[in-house]
Parts: sequence; structure tokens; C-alpha cells
Amino acid sequence: MEPSAHISVQNLNVFYGKDHALKDITVNIPNKKITAIIGSSGCGKSTLLKSFNRLLDSVDNIKITGKVLLDGEDIYDPKAEVTHIRRKMGLLSQKPYPLPMSIYDNIAYGPRIHEERNKKKLDRIVEHFLRTASLWEEVKDKLHSPASKLSVGQQQRLCLARGLAVGPEIILGDEPTSALDPKSSQNIEKSFLELKKQYTIVIVTHILRQAKRLADYVLFLYGGRLIEYGPAQEIFENPKEEMTKEYIQGVIS
Amino acid sequence: MHKHAIEEIVFKILMMVSTLLIISVLFLILGTIVFKGLPYLSWSMVTQAPQSGYYLGKGGGILNSILGSLYLTGGATILALIISLPITLYFNVYAKKGSRLVYLIRFAFDVLWGIPSIVYGAFGFMLMLFFGMKASLLAGIITVAFLILPIMTRSMDEVIRMVPPPLLEASYALGATRLETALKVVIRQALPGISTAVLIAFGRGIGDAASLIFTAGFTDSIPTSLFQPVATLPLTIFFQFSSPLAEVQGRAYAAALILTILILGISIVSRFLTQRFARNIVR
Repeated sequence: MEPSAHISVQNLNVFYGKDHALKDITVNIPNKKITAIIGSSGCGKSTLLKSFNRLLDSVDNIKITGKVLLDGEDIYDPKAEVTHIRRKMGLLSQKPYPLPMSIYDNIAYGPRIHEERNKKKLDRIVEHFLRTASLWEEVKDKLHSPASKLSVGQQQRLCLARGLAVGPEIILGDEPTSALDPKSSQNIEKSFLELKKQYTIVIVTHILRQAKRLADYVLFLYGGRLIEYGPAQEIFENPKEEMTKEYIQGVIS
Repeated sequence: MHKHAIEEIVFKILMMVSTLLIISVLFLILGTIVFKGLPYLSWSMVTQAPQSGYYLGKGGGILNSILGSLYLTGGATILALIISLPITLYFNVYAKKGSRLVYLIRFAFDVLWGIPSIVYGAFGFMLMLFFGMKASLLAGIITVAFLILPIMTRSMDEVIRMVPPPLLEASYALGATRLETALKVVIRQALPGISTAVLIAFGRGIGDAASLIFTAGFTDSIPTSLFQPVATLPLTIFFQFSSPLAEVQGRAYAAALILTILILGISIVSRFLTQRFARNIVR
């Protein structure tokens, strides 16, 4: 049974100047599942991920054709409001970048931008999402100290909480554990497995074992082309394409 | 000995010599000012306006030019900041990377940086004539603002450029607009650099005499409005040095000492303040 699509990509092409980075991608990202984008470095994984919340817009000489439908609406429609689209998605980058402010203000940053000024509500939001990202116990006594003083693992969980605090439907992770130690990576992975009950999650990863542990669906890119897409089990155990098989066995990288 | 080892030693010596040279010149300048100026420095000098005949060795002080310099450079720094902050935010947050326009404007600022201050003075004077203004605090503020604008803009530009792009992305990803990102994230992150840029510009402005000869005028009284002429420390120092009287020349050194202490004090205070604001910065 085909699950309902949350993000639907249709004939997406991305060009960086003359470089054709994504070639005619058509794929559906299922609702409330974890989808892993795998592939070698430079194959367009991050580009595909960033095309979902229009973070590519500010890159020079970029040309994007095709459609990305989010809940049925094309996010590249000139009338679409970019801040509204981005609000629907939380982003975790490779290296956590806490904003230059306190732990509390980091979480409250998004809600404040979206016109939440009530102090009590903000307090509740901050506590709730710090708990969701299992960071609350570690930081509850130093909410007003600088976020940059946290460890990298804690910072990544902070970034997760910060992203969740704007009330997204989708979490995008661009190799979200690549800068973390094994224990912190585990924490993030645990959070993802918990969060997929409520959120659609898309992660880019080059760690096959991580994709195996987390993903319900896997999307394999090679050279900017979508090679194969399907349920994780099928891709890992019985890939249809020769290239997927070779990648999974480590013949090509 | 090996060739490499000799090379190392030669270069080490060269570096040490040049460092020593610069430091000794710095101390020579400071020493001269302190030794020659300190005997003439008095309480009345910093608390009183000059009495008539001050430049002939009569009593009084140079409070008029101390305040004049602070008013004028303070005003010019604020004016330049109001203009250069939006420019640098445009360069680094709004404009596309690799924009030709931005490249051209940066280049233009670099050229403007190198123009001697007397040219700014002449330009300010021309503007004054055009608008029918007299030499005044306001004309001085505008002229000095022109003079320090390129310095402030380019120094600020260099530090705002260093703000990591993923930090901006993080803010955009939370649904922030570019304006919100610029004001709430970029400025905070670059604050220590911004304040250094402001200080450099302030220091350049407060020390400049040439741009003010035609534009700010000179007076023995403390200005009470923007349209009155104003005395400044560098010109006061210049006029006192021009005197043949030893007493007045000594006071010139004392005035230079006051100017130096003023700049030192302002940079220490602002550094301290920035450090308090900068504790949240992401490194």
C-alpha cells in the first residue's frame, strides 16, 4: 500500500550555473515516516533536502524547475510565502549552529518571530520542547546562559528543540549526527524514532547503518539522479537496480 | 649549521627587530607627550574654557575643544553608523553572493578610504557654500561622517562577512525574514567586530584636523547648538604649537596627552561593554 505523500517532488531540476545538480527528480515523501536520502558525497543529497524548504533560493546562479508540493501546494509558486513554508519544517544541519543568544532565547526565537509575546506561554513552549529533545534536565538551571557554552551534542538537541518550537510538520536533517560523538548521535537517533509518531522526517546520511536503523523509506541518489526509491527493507535486502546493490555492498561510494 | 636553521634564525631576528622598532616608536611618542605635557597639565585646563589671551599664555583651559571634539566626533560616528550599518547588512544579508554591484561599491569605499582628509574638508566646504551654511558643529559632523564612513563600512563589512552562513540558514529555517535575521542574529554575532569598527572610525575622526579647518570653524566658547562653530582638540594642538611661547607649546603637549587619554578611555570602556554583550557569540 502506498502511504500518503507529505512532500511530493515532481520533475525537479536544479542547476548551479552550468552544473546540473539534480536531474528530473520525481518522488513522494510519505507522511509520518522517516525517509533517508543516501548516496555518495556530491550526489545532490543536501541539495534535494534544501530544496524542500527553499534554502537554495539565496545561492547564486541557481535555477530550479519543476514542482515541490507540500500538502498539495507548490512551494515554488511565486505567490507562495517562503517564511510560511519554512515554518512548516525544522532543519538540523551537519554542525549545530545555536543562535548567538541564551538557551531560552534560542528556543523562544522562532515563536517570538511568529508573534508569540506572552511570557508564560513562552516559558511553557521552552520547557516542553527542551523535554521533547531530552535536554531539559541538563539545562533547566541555566536557561539564561549562552547556548554556545553547551557541548556539541547538547547544541544539536537544542537545535532540534528550537526547530520543533515553531510547530513544524516536517523535520529535515542534513547529516545531523556527523559532528557528534557516538553517544550524542544515539540520543538524536532515539529522538527521531520517537518523533516520527508526530512528524514526517527526512534525513540525509552517508552512514548506511544509520539509514538501516532509522529509515522506513530510502531514496538513493547517484550523480544527481534518483536511482531507486522504496521501503527501506526492500532497498537494503533486495534492491532492483544494480547500482543500488553496488552502493549498499560498498563497491561504489 | 643547516641552511634551514639559518633561515629560521634570520627571519626570527628580522621579526623581532621590526616588532621592537614599532613598539619603541610607540613608546617614544607616548613618552614625549607625557614628559612634555604632564608639567603643563592642570585641573583648570580640563574644566575651563579659555580666557582671552589663552593662546598668549593667559589662564583658562581647553574644555571647549575637549567637549567640541566629543560632540563633533560623537555626532559624526552616530551619523556614519546609521548609514554604514544598513549598507553592510545589505552587502552580506540581502545582496546575492558574488554580486557585481556589491563588488563595485566595496571597491569605491576602498578608494574613498585612501582619500586625504583635506579633500573631505574641501568637499564639505563646497557643500556648505551650496546650502548657505556657516562653519559650524553640524557642518563639521557631516564632513567627518563622510571621512569616517568608508573606514567604518569596510571594517564592519569584513567582520559581518565572517558570520557563518549556516547561522543565517538556521534563522531562515525557523521562518525568520532577512530583516529579522539581520537584526536579531547577524548584528549580535558580529557585535564585537562592529564596535571595533566604530572605535576605529571614532579614533580616526577625533584625531583629524584637516577636514575641519574650513568646516567647523574655531571658537573659545562651548557650542550650545548645532549651528555654532566649534573648537576641536587637533586644531587646538595645532594653534598652540604655532605659538613661539614655551608655555603655550607645553600646553599643546598637554592637549595631546588629553586627546590620547580620551581615546584610550573610550576604547577601554567600549571594549568592556562589548565583552559583556558578546558572551552569547557562537565561535
